[in-house]
Amino acid sequence: MTAVEDRPATAGPAKEVGQARRRKEDARLITGKTTWTDNLVLPGMLHLAVVRSPFAHAKILAVDVEAARSAPNVVAVLTGQDFKEEQGSIPCAWPVTPDMVNPGHPSVAVEEVNHVGEAVAVIVARSKAAAQDAVELVDVDYHPLPVVVDMERATGANPDLCHDHLDTNESFRWIFDAGEAGTGQNTDEAFAAADVVVRRRFVQQRLIPAFMEPRATVVQPQGDGYTMWSSTQVPHILRIMLAMITGVPEHKLRVIAPDVGGGFGGKLQVTPEEVLTLLVARKLGKPVKWTETRSESLMSAHHGRDQIQHIEIAADREGNVKGLKVHLLADMGAYLRLVSPGVPILGAFMFPGIYKFPAYRFDCQGVFTNKTPTDAYRGAGRPEATFAIERIMDELAVELDMDPLELRRKNWIGAQEFPFTTVAGLEYDSGDYDEATRQALELLGYDELRAEQQRRRETNDPVQLGIGFSTFTEMCGLAPSRVLGSHPYGAGGWEHASIRMLPTGKVEVVTGSTPHGQGHETAWSQLVADELGVPFEDVEVLHGDTAISARGLDTYGSRSLVVGGAAVVNAAQKVVAKARTVAAHLLEASEEDLQFEGGTFSVRGTPGTGVSIQELALATFAAHNFPEGVEPSLDADATFDPVNFSFPHGTHVCAMEVDTETGRVSIRKYACVDDVGKIVNPLIVEGQVHGGLAQGIAQALYEEAVYDADGNLTTGTFVDYLVPSAADLPHFDTANTVHEAPGNPIGAKGVGEAGCIASTPAVVNAALDAVRHLGVSDILMPLTPERVWRAIHQGGDGGDRATAGTNAYGGAQTETTTGVSTPESSLGGDR
Amino acid sequence: MIPAAFEYVRPSTVDEALRALADGGEDAKILAGGQSLIPVMRLRLAAPSTVVDLTRVSELRGVREDGDALVIGAMTTHSDVVSDPLIAQHAPLIAQATETVADRQVRHRGTFGGALAHADPAGDLPAVALALDAEFVLAGAGGRRTVPAREFFVDYLTTALAEDEILVEVRVPKLAGQWGMHYEKFNRVAQAWSIVAVAAAVRREDGHIAEARIGLTNMGPTPLRATATEQALAGATAGADAIAGAAAHAAEGTAPSDDLNAKADYREHLARVLTRRAVTAAAGIQG
Repeated sequence: MTAVEDRPATAGPAKEVGQARRRKEDARLITGKTTWTDNLVLPGMLHLAVVRSPFAHAKILAVDVEAARSAPNVVAVLTGQDFKEEQGSIPCAWPVTPDMVNPGHPSVAVEEVNHVGEAVAVIVARSKAAAQDAVELVDVDYHPLPVVVDMERATGANPDLCHDHLDTNESFRWIFDAGEAGTGQNTDEAFAAADVVVRRRFVQQRLIPAFMEPRATVVQPQGDGYTMWSSTQVPHILRIMLAMITGVPEHKLRVIAPDVGGGFGGKLQVTPEEVLTLLVARKLGKPVKWTETRSESLMSAHHGRDQIQHIEIAADREGNVKGLKVHLLADMGAYLRLVSPGVPILGAFMFPGIYKFPAYRFDCQGVFTNKTPTDAYRGAGRPEATFAIERIMDELAVELDMDPLELRRKNWIGAQEFPFTTVAGLEYDSGDYDEATRQALELLGYDELRAEQQRRRETNDPVQLGIGFSTFTEMCGLAPSRVLGSHPYGAGGWEHASIRMLPTGKVEVVTGSTPHGQGHETAWSQLVADELGVPFEDVEVLHGDTAISARGLDTYGSRSLVVGGAAVVNAAQKVVAKARTVAAHLLEASEEDLQFEGGTFSVRGTPGTGVSIQELALATFAAHNFPEGVEPSLDADATFDPVNFSFPHGTHVCAMEVDTETGRVSIRKYACVDDVGKIVNPLIVEGQVHGGLAQGIAQALYEEAVYDADGNLTTGTFVDYLVPSAADLPHFDTANTVHEAPGNPIGAKGVGEAGCIASTPAVVNAALDAVRHLGVSDILMPLTPERVWRAIHQGGDGGDRATAGTNAYGGAQTETTTGVSTPESSLGGDR
Repeated sequence: MIPAAFEYVRPSTVDEALRALADGGEDAKILAGGQSLIPVMRLRLAAPSTVVDLTRVSELRGVREDGDALVIGAMTTHSDVVSDPLIAQHAPLIAQATETVADRQVRHRGTFGGALAHADPAGDLPAVALALDAEFVLAGAGGRRTVPAREFFVDYLTTALAEDEILVEVRVPKLAGQWGMHYEKFNRVAQAWSIVAVAAAVRREDGHIAEARIGLTNMGPTPLRATATEQALAGATAGADAIAGAAAHAAEGTAPSDDLNAKADYREHLARVLTRRAVTAAAGIQG
């Protein structure tokens, strides 16, 4: 795709929206010459290092900090005892049921540790190196307690307990029943009457968001207030929550998310380290910095996914679906963080996918285990749901001996049926599943690949070929505030924007949707350039600082353009309305006689007259000649609260080669056609799709956070937590259909999560299609070569992986990644 | 992460380096590119008191011929190995395997000798050196000695190098006759260590395999030779069936470990499949 940098020299300026603009923020982000939080250096700044638990579950009997305290350049060593009165609990903003069990989440453990990597003490020193050196000098006396790592055992008979003070490992049980909600028929009756019922148990393995920039926080006390810089997706939410937790009044706390290097949901959080950095700065009255190591990031930043899914689908012999039942075990990890319980609930409405189920029941148990807490990770609930439905549709097709696409076509919502209210009660806005599928098959070269697959089967080729589908939709544009309130989420889902017309005609756009790599600055500039008729280069987008961007709800859930961009457009239209009044005054015409085109107001039928909106900005600044009773300002703001979600959809098709001798799978070809509504910048859309595909494919083939029986994270470095690079991924054939979203002024649906949500089941379905004739009906994710080989040659789903990390370069394990050794964490086996 | 504090010495000759190593005592460690040492220091798996950096010891760099041997300086970087014309001519197996080591950035800093002295069982070069019957020249206070590859790799991350010795060069015999070579690596992502890999050098004579040398990566705490397969191939017909039959013995005498990429039985299976593929490719026949 070619980026368009030059404006064509025609009479009127070309529309910016729709241009594949290169991103104006990229030069500084790529070179790193920017305000990454860890780049920040303040006079007199102290450095934190966190002492972390090497035990998954233990009582803290004593913490001896004397040796660490007397180490060179150490200023203070603080423990849970020092902060227990003031640290409160990490907030959970989504209590999904009234009786949800929340054990409380101290930022630094006081009496008990509940996962490996939990903070037990904080070193404050004059340099990062001095702080790090003192970590191993802190002597913590632990009394180990039984460790809960397995959800099925945790919810079985007489389980060990994750939290010593609770009498259950279940945090909540949340049920949606379409029959009871009035959005569908009675599910049990539907199943009883069905010809065919297919039941499967799917496992969503635990994943680590693995953002590129590790987390970092700096806090500067100033007067009676504090400024916090943090590598966060959510500076606005963070400010409110920190004020509530620590008692620092909200107006005395300024939170700045400077340039942030990725998040994928992993920085949608109020972290223990953010709380601790603020508490230490408050205690010592000094600026303080904390920057995590990659090891700390992998073990203590929240994880994602981790569900066991029991899925049942009912149909008649002709392949008409009759009902869907979902029972989930959702691993919360050891604690509830910001939206931990909400993640599976966000998925609850998406299990029916694009299909017209008459009956649906969803039942979810949130379970505690002695592992790092889970929370939002790209897609948050919806990838899990999409995987389950797209996998079970293939299983149903096998059971019915039907073509998997034919089964889908028979059951999906027709293009003429929108808006369509699903059995889960959502109103899908627009789309054409048939057209997206038609285009995707063409892009893939479907017929030829099917023929090749047949040849390979007939010749018993050691390399078999399979084709897998995912015809998905997702709910985006989080979210209508009223809907959130009914669930009950602790905040609204609106977004805010304001536009300032500077005297020289330049424009500042302030957005409450804080970017962390998405390209807001470029896309917002394109929107505003079109609305105001000013050059793209004349627009500057400001964000991420609660003192500049006073109101906002930040970036997650593919909401930025759909909600935040909508606010920007509405604010721009208010600016134009105000400018019209001033223009009418200066042109001595009535407002009705003015036309606004290409940034200039002119009197209809009077060529040669005209004043540009940029000239009006200067006239407004001077305010010498201004209409009576009108305030001298063109600035405007807007808050947009959507009335409905938006529903991107698409068809993803994967062709997969499976080497039956080694079990290696490799993607031969990948094609997808996504409908994300109106496209503001095709280059950004394609980039988001590519990145999403990479992460979705990574779940299918590469990534898994593995814990051993003692609760040690054995994928504690990138040697063992395998994030694929471009070298490991195929070329992507991408295209779009466009059905605009009716619910926002742009018509956009959201694209940030689409690739990640759609791709995982397409990849797994493809691998299974390649080897199903060899007797394989499921393989656990990630599809490691070993699992694929075992499934082919030994039956079953590939089975559990050995938990030991690789021995390459010494085999980093808990004792190295936490900096402390225990008998339980030491290297086992032959090392 | 930040390594523990250490002394840093950067000598410019082998003699200076040996003195620095002796002065540094038993916790001194050699830095030969740092692509393995620095990560383990940052993870504090290693905390040497002194680091002796060989980067400036220019006499340890480069590839030369010495009679019927190819001599590779220990501090020759992977990227120099990959592009070296002498290696391409006499020991292409080394270049082929080196090209699979980690990523481009690592290959520009990491060195041939550093990788061999580190003796990571998942590293690619030890098995190659073993397959080619390389000799290791070690310098110590008392002079130099030469250790054959079969004796150099002693145990997990352990070699015949004494604490006061430095690996200065590796001598690889030039192979006479019609040799074909192939390195067959199996890993999950491009930059990852080998789960299992096989280095094969095969000499063909009159439609037969006259001699085969096969090194196995990550099939035990040290690199191993697939001796039973080598014996089965000696004198065998250069054909698919004979090779497959011989490769079926590839895992004999190995002791692979279990980890999250592979349990031992799967590693043994991989060794057999990859040996068949490596020998087939090295013998230049259609698989």
